[in-house]
Amino acid sequence: MSIDMAQFHQVFFEESFEGLDAMESGLLNLDLGDVNAEDINTIFRAAHSIKGGSGTFGFTSVSDFTHVMETLLDEMRDGRRKITQPAVDVLLGSVDCLRDMLQSIQNGSEVDQSDVAEHKFALDNELNNAAQSSSAGKHTPEALASNSAAALPADESKQIAGWVIAFSPHLHLLKTGNEPVRMFRELASLGHLTTTVDLQGVPDLYDLDPEECHLSWKLSVLGDIPETEIDEIFDWVEDDCDLAKQPIYQTPTEAPPLHSAPDVAINPAANCVSKDVSPELTSAEESESNSLERKSGKKEDAKAAPKGSSSIRVDTSKIDTLINMVGELVITQSMLSLLGEHFELNKLDQLKNGLSQLERHTRELQESVMNIRMLPISFVFSRFPRLAHDISSKLGKKIELKLVGENTEVDKTVVELLSDPLVHLVRNSLDHGIEMPDVRLAAGKPETGTVTLEAYHRGGNIVIEVADDGKGLDKDKLRAKAIEKGLIDADAILSDKQTYELIFMPGFSTAEKLTDISGRGVGMDVVRRNIQALGGNIEILSELGKGSTISIHLPLTLAILDGQSIAVGDETYILPLGSIIESLHVKEDRLNRVAGKGETFLLRGQYLPIIRMHQIFNVLTAKTTKLTEGLIVVVEGQGLRCGLFVDDLLGQQQVVIKSLEANYRRIEGVSGATILGDGSVALILDIPGLVRLANQ
Amino acid sequence: MSEIIELSSADQQDAKRLDTSLQFLSFTLGQEEYGVDILRVQEIRSWEPVSRIPNVPSYEKGVVNLRGAIVPIIDLRERFQLGHSDYSPLTVVVVLQARMADKTRIIGVVVDSVSDVVDVNKKSIQSAPNFGAKVSTEFINGLVSVSGRMVMLLDVDKLLKLDGLDGEDES
Repeated sequence: MSIDMAQFHQVFFEESFEGLDAMESGLLNLDLGDVNAEDINTIFRAAHSIKGGSGTFGFTSVSDFTHVMETLLDEMRDGRRKITQPAVDVLLGSVDCLRDMLQSIQNGSEVDQSDVAEHKFALDNELNNAAQSSSAGKHTPEALASNSAAALPADESKQIAGWVIAFSPHLHLLKTGNEPVRMFRELASLGHLTTTVDLQGVPDLYDLDPEECHLSWKLSVLGDIPETEIDEIFDWVEDDCDLAKQPIYQTPTEAPPLHSAPDVAINPAANCVSKDVSPELTSAEESESNSLERKSGKKEDAKAAPKGSSSIRVDTSKIDTLINMVGELVITQSMLSLLGEHFELNKLDQLKNGLSQLERHTRELQESVMNIRMLPISFVFSRFPRLAHDISSKLGKKIELKLVGENTEVDKTVVELLSDPLVHLVRNSLDHGIEMPDVRLAAGKPETGTVTLEAYHRGGNIVIEVADDGKGLDKDKLRAKAIEKGLIDADAILSDKQTYELIFMPGFSTAEKLTDISGRGVGMDVVRRNIQALGGNIEILSELGKGSTISIHLPLTLAILDGQSIAVGDETYILPLGSIIESLHVKEDRLNRVAGKGETFLLRGQYLPIIRMHQIFNVLTAKTTKLTEGLIVVVEGQGLRCGLFVDDLLGQQQVVIKSLEANYRRIEGVSGATILGDGSVALILDIPGLVRLANQ
Repeated sequence: MSEIIELSSADQQDAKRLDTSLQFLSFTLGQEEYGVDILRVQEIRSWEPVSRIPNVPSYEKGVVNLRGAIVPIIDLRERFQLGHSDYSPLTVVVVLQARMADKTRIIGVVVDSVSDVVDVNKKSIQSAPNFGAKVSTEFINGLVSVSGRMVMLLDVDKLLKLDGLDGEDES
């Protein structure tokens, strides 16, 4: 029976990434002075399951790497080794490396071997240190051996021509879920494998329990194989079998006793194998890279794991709610169809009742389906403690990162697209916002700076704030910089808000010198663009010397929108309700022209530009082109206000956003489309886009 | 669903490729006769009013709701500059699947009438003559003679690319 293992890869990767996250947060939370055994255990368990999983799926490079980590963690767990900051840093680095490796494997791309080797070396070093400092006695050779031959003397490993393994599983081996064939296949991938099976233990067919393993094997693997790789394969069955292994050395006299026939075959074969292996491969790492290449090559052929297939983990309670809801919907449906079969006019009330029930259930169902896509924002937040840890240690700053409202739920797409902009913002706060400890003390502030990440719901939006108590933005400096860069005129009058928004202009960076952490002059404009692409906006508040707060407002979900339908001629468009401020008829005396062309109107002391919908969308059937006869809808987008001139307002409704780009392309001034109650398509307007269109 | 269709049609196509004959759906635009690979035809519908898209070329008629998907409708007559015709309930929209960078896109084309399904021997397909810059023949895969009439075989994927319906080049 062969199972396509590829189908489990996705799950393995997901679990591994979760495990890595757990390891990372565990490592960050370690209190070096007083280590909680449970914390170490958690980290160890995560490493162990990654190792096990990767071994099962044949990602040997990953399992080898994890093995070394595990050895280190194991010693820490047993108290044989002190947990030191350098060790934790090495482990954190290895977690990153492992994540990279897994990602490369997942994407079917090459693993960066030099990176892996570097981290492995660091781990090995750490292990060896322990071996020297703590006299762990018996453990030392083991730790050395587990260095997977990188530290193994080259000549010694060369002498080994293979291994002879006597493998006698206990009866219950198969019940533990282990499959000898799979292990043999693993062995065969290391070198030339000869198996001899011993059938003596097999009972008569009559007595045979097919779930028991009565076979035992003599295995010989030829090749320059480190002992650890053999151990690795039998790692999971150690307690379920009798295992004896003996190395074969080049000299025939040392060859262990074996059945005579294969014995003859061994030595010529050994030579031939060693010839096959190209002479450059002296270290295990290189041969490992080779096997990995083979693997990735195979994978490309098979086109196994689909790249980036996305899945979602859903709370069971959410699914239960959904099932209940569907149940009620079915009941309502059967009630209605019963009613329809023998309908009389006096049952009209019942019908109305049923219909309103149906409406309610549909709405609830819709809500709970949308709910499934909601993930807590902690998915994004959880990476920041690490970021803060790394940056603060790198810069020598003292920073406390506070996370508030991590359980606020956001649409999955938003969560995914939010992480990059947020990383950028947090990095900025850590790097540029928070001052060095001595500067802070001199300014009369606590030595430790605080960066707060907060998420909460407000109305139909989610608000995410990145606040720091650092030095804040210097308005004069911003202004001077913008003038210097030619972004604004020297005599431009800017409100505070407008001044702060200068940092979102492309090519604007106030950092006097660039660091490798942030501040390459690109960035804030990209952040703003990303946020706007999600239908949100970003604002900045700052006070010099006290800190700055950047808040991001995002729609809760991208799929549904509260819309206002408007009529222009015989066409219907949808305006996002959130962008509408008010609608009004204008009187002639409020209308003005700027330079004879641009039209404006006066609203409570403010001159707002008018955008004629029929003009920018070329609607020929517009009811009226006289501004006083139609309706002006005052809308706001990206901080810009303007009046949209339309024929009429139709009604408000929730609309499901459909992508225009799926089959078509992006249209300026339009953010998407939706299907109206009568089945026709209406376009959803994009205010900033309309403004751009009008300015063309 | 669309994925399944795509897969199966791709499989069939591969199988067909081994075969020597191809099937085309032929339709008329004015006096001219065109053909598209029948495996790319999703369905044939009658004309129904579209929602206009602002500020696009006149041959991009607009979008319709095709069972929940927003599908653009293109007038091939206008696209090929064969003059304008009035739409009647007899006007036909051929819904085509085009493949672009691993994605399947659905697009509707307005044609005068659908005429036939023709079997075409691969060998009898001639390449389109080159008229230089005067006549754009990029989206014509080849010419074939069907009982004395010339049928131009359209390359659906290229047709879409030329129409700029590729979202990527916008950004």
